[in-house]
Amino acid sequence: MLSVKGVSKSFDGFLAVNRVSFDVASGEILGLIGPNGSGKSTIFNLIAGTLRPSGGSIAFEGREIAGLPAHRICRMGLARTFQIPRPFRRLALRENVTLAAFYGGRDVGSRAEAEAHAVAALDLVGLPNDPHTMIDGLGAAQLKKLELARALATRPRLLLADESLGGLDHAEMERAADMLGRIRRDLGITIVWVEHIMGVLMRVVDRVIVLDHGETIFQGVPRDAANDARVAEVYLGRSH
Amino acid sequence: MRGGRDTRLLLYLPLAAAAAAPFFLSDYFQHMAVQIAIWSLVYTAWALMGRFRLTSLGHGAFLGVGAYVPTLLWNNYGVTPWLGIPLAMALAIALALIVGYPSSRQKVVGHYFALVTLALGQVVLLVIVAMRDVTGGSLGMTPHTVGHSWYALQLPNKAEFYAVALVAWLAGLVAWRYVERGMIRLALESIAEDEDAAESAGVDVLREKLKITAVSSGLTALGGALYAQYLMYLSPDAMSGVGISLQIVFAAIAGGMYNMLGPTIGAAFTILLTEGLRVLFGTHFVGAANTIYGALLVIFIIFMPRGIVGLAERILARPRVPPAPAAPEPAE
Ligand SMILES: Nc1ncnc2c1ncn2[C@@H]1O[C@H](COP(=O)(O)OP(=O)(O)O)[C@@H](O)[C@H]1O
Ligand SMILES: [Mg+2]
Repeated sequence: MLSVKGVSKSFDGFLAVNRVSFDVASGEILGLIGPNGSGKSTIFNLIAGTLRPSGGSIAFEGREIAGLPAHRICRMGLARTFQIPRPFRRLALRENVTLAAFYGGRDVGSRAEAEAHAVAALDLVGLPNDPHTMIDGLGAAQLKKLELARALATRPRLLLADESLGGLDHAEMERAADMLGRIRRDLGITIVWVEHIMGVLMRVVDRVIVLDHGETIFQGVPRDAANDARVAEVYLGRSH
Repeated sequence: MRGGRDTRLLLYLPLAAAAAAPFFLSDYFQHMAVQIAIWSLVYTAWALMGRFRLTSLGHGAFLGVGAYVPTLLWNNYGVTPWLGIPLAMALAIALALIVGYPSSRQKVVGHYFALVTLALGQVVLLVIVAMRDVTGGSLGMTPHTVGHSWYALQLPNKAEFYAVALVAWLAGLVAWRYVERGMIRLALESIAEDEDAAESAGVDVLREKLKITAVSSGLTALGGALYAQYLMYLSPDAMSGVGISLQIVFAAIAGGMYNMLGPTIGAAFTILLTEGLRVLFGTHFVGAANTIYGALLVIFIIFMPRGIVGLAERILARPRVPPAPAAPEPAE
């Protein structure tokens, strides 16, 4: 479904992502882990079109998407969340999601249709679906959910979820992990899921890729990752 | 922000009465009213962009195109303004898109956007001055007069011209309402706040920006055309350049750029203020009037960024439920 081949990104000479390659199969949940600064969010920015790769190719459902504008990639069915939530505070909560449904979805002809998709997405993640709730009253966990709702409202086939657990307490983490599992199972959405800690993620993902300093150091099933020497080295003292 | 039905009636009835009143008043008041209507249109057009943080300091460019193109076509080729004005609007839109397309592509935002637009307004002024053979340069020009004529849109009868200006003003309000109620408002608010996040939500940032730029520049050109047709005299400084561009910004902000009627109130306020100061100080003391005018605008912009309408909303707003306590910051 997604094929990333030899993708690199340098910021003023600093190589944040170094020839990373991986494939995502339709229907799977792929975990992408690595310590802070290892290039996970940058990879998402490259796939989703927020940044242009310095090299390499990215194909989504057989079509080359590297360098396309982000809105076109979104409309093709590839949605992403931001690690640090980026809500539109000048819009109401539901308007945030309606916007994504209307502009980011395919075959959404009217505002009413977009509202319906928005309400469905808000219900799915467990946020209020009324038209009046504003962003300013929301807490950290709710803002994380808003990121998910906004992505889901575009009815993607592939979801890039960036640290959906960040800043959550343990119970919230478990619930968020379950939610990603449900999104895959009930909606049939393929997911690439980034976290900097292994923890809860390992329970839900089918496969995992470990990144360090912009390079892939491991690809395989979660069980093997736990026993891999290089992964242990990278995570020594850094996992919980 | 959006009041109930009764508050809306309270607002619209006096407004309709005020808009109709000049038909029954003297020439002097009709003259004020025409100016207020035309500038209301221009300020509303500017605020259609300004409210989304697209702060243009160069709307004088579109005003100038709107003023000069129909008059040049009329004087040189006898083209009726009924054709000349749409052509001028199209040209202003083309100009706006030619500048807007690369600026938006290069993500020219904030101060840089303001600077680019500032230059644009001044460039149009310089072009008008440079083409002095046809435009009369800084001395200005007058449309060839034919007496009262709807064909030439020369209406010495002020009430008739006021009717035309009212229709144009309403067109501005209709555009505002269309934006306010449409999905484009959500798109432009999201762009104003975070272009990358808007793109990721599927918003074609370039396209949406160009759309509102086209509407805004086209309506501004319409205002410029009507102003020229009304005054029957065009000069580069009154119709383009930095001075008039900044006047547009100040007046729209003073009235309130986040409300449909804010720019209209800004027009009424600034025009009546100018007139009041002129009457008060007479013609001997022009400097004092201008200084007071300038000082008042600065005070407005610093202390009332949401303008007169914003202040009125704050005073009229019923006491609200206090905002929820701030959420703890996520530990990233
Ligand atoms: N826009 C940017 N400009 C410059 N450096 C950046 C930018 N984005 C990320 N980086 C750098 O690239 C590296 C990888 O960052 P990031 O992808 O955010 O890591 P992760 O998500 O794995 O924590 C970091 O060293 C970061 O400082
Ligand atoms: Mg990150």
